[in-house]
Amino acid sequence: MEGLISLAVKAIFVENLALSFFLGMCTFIAVSKKISTAIGLGISVMVVQAITVPMNNLLLTYLLKPGALAWAGFPDVDLTFLGLISYIGVIAAMVQILEMILDKFFPPLYNALGIFLPLITVNCAILGGSLFMVERNYDFAQATTYGLSSGFGWALAITAMAGVREKLKYSDVPDGLQGLGITFITAGLMAMAFMSFSGVKL
Amino acid sequence: MAHKHRELLIDPLVDNNPITLQVLGICSALAVTSSLQVAFVMALAVTAVTAFASMFISMLRNHIPGSIRIIVQMVIIASLVILVDQILKAFAYEISKTLSVFVGLIITNCIVMGRAEAFAMKNPPVASFMDGIGNGLGYGLILMLVGVVRELLGAGSLFGITILETVNNGGWYVPNGLLLLPPSAFFVIGLLIWAFRAWKPQQVEEREYKIQTVEAH
Repeated sequence: MEGLISLAVKAIFVENLALSFFLGMCTFIAVSKKISTAIGLGISVMVVQAITVPMNNLLLTYLLKPGALAWAGFPDVDLTFLGLISYIGVIAAMVQILEMILDKFFPPLYNALGIFLPLITVNCAILGGSLFMVERNYDFAQATTYGLSSGFGWALAITAMAGVREKLKYSDVPDGLQGLGITFITAGLMAMAFMSFSGVKL
Repeated sequence: MAHKHRELLIDPLVDNNPITLQVLGICSALAVTSSLQVAFVMALAVTAVTAFASMFISMLRNHIPGSIRIIVQMVIIASLVILVDQILKAFAYEISKTLSVFVGLIITNCIVMGRAEAFAMKNPPVASFMDGIGNGLGYGLILMLVGVVRELLGAGSLFGITILETVNNGGWYVPNGLLLLPPSAFFVIGLLIWAFRAWKPQQVEEREYKIQTVEAH
């Protein structure tokens, strides 16, 4: 249990997907103009991440790993090279299913998040989370924790960024830095701030 | 016709650069630029994937139903990325280790998807191929520029060959360690965008709020 909590804290602060691995940067920069939309997108990323990382973990353990197909009578088969295509398939399918469920049962939530859901399929934070899970050999409990907390870390980062940008638009920025340029520099400063968490050990 | 293809190839380099103007494919641009060699391999991989993905998607564009086009595009892109990943593992294992998950993340690199959606779905294969190469090169250009700044000033070398002898090795150059850390990539790209826009003022974004000065009486 302690291990899981420390993993969660690490995934939220120290190894923040957005600010120390730069995953999901395109959406991070493009959709962080208003706090309300940023929160909406952040929550959708968190939900999708919390579902897809454990799903992909199961997929890896029972279908793709060398020897994983032993239950089907193929102990020598190694399908890890199919990893990328199956993870993205799971992600695309999950996003589609989530969209349908929300549309059917929670229409207000669907209307609030609707436009972001298709975007999430191509958000590298989601695929990145699954790939890190594979690279670091997480088991199912760890994968679930990692999915939830890394999604939360991303949501935290984009909300903070949106907060900064809402104030930033009133300031006198040089012409050439207007918009994208100053956003990058702000993100850099935030990443430096998040680096100060790297000493935290639990 | 040839003229149009040349335009497709040159235009994304500066005038319509995927990173500094279209805000596509930033994730990997930041993460893999601390050494030039890695940045070069990444640029090559992305260019190859974008070009071929655009070409194949453009060939199939009249047969892909609109409602499932994203998944079809994903499958094409993912197959190409698996190919690149396997080639890298076979011939450049060390580099593929350093790139770690970022090769896999070419799948969700918005440049590939963005060009497929915006260009390849509406244009013939050869033009799409050229557009893919052009955008890949535009991406590569920024990657290399950032890589040069970060590796030269951060470690005193280029492509791993020492240019500025560092103090640790008995030379004179005190390396700037910050440039090897992730946040510096944000600053370098931010400043690069500033430089690009100072050169091409038509790329400057509109202000959301005008600051007005009040005349003193």
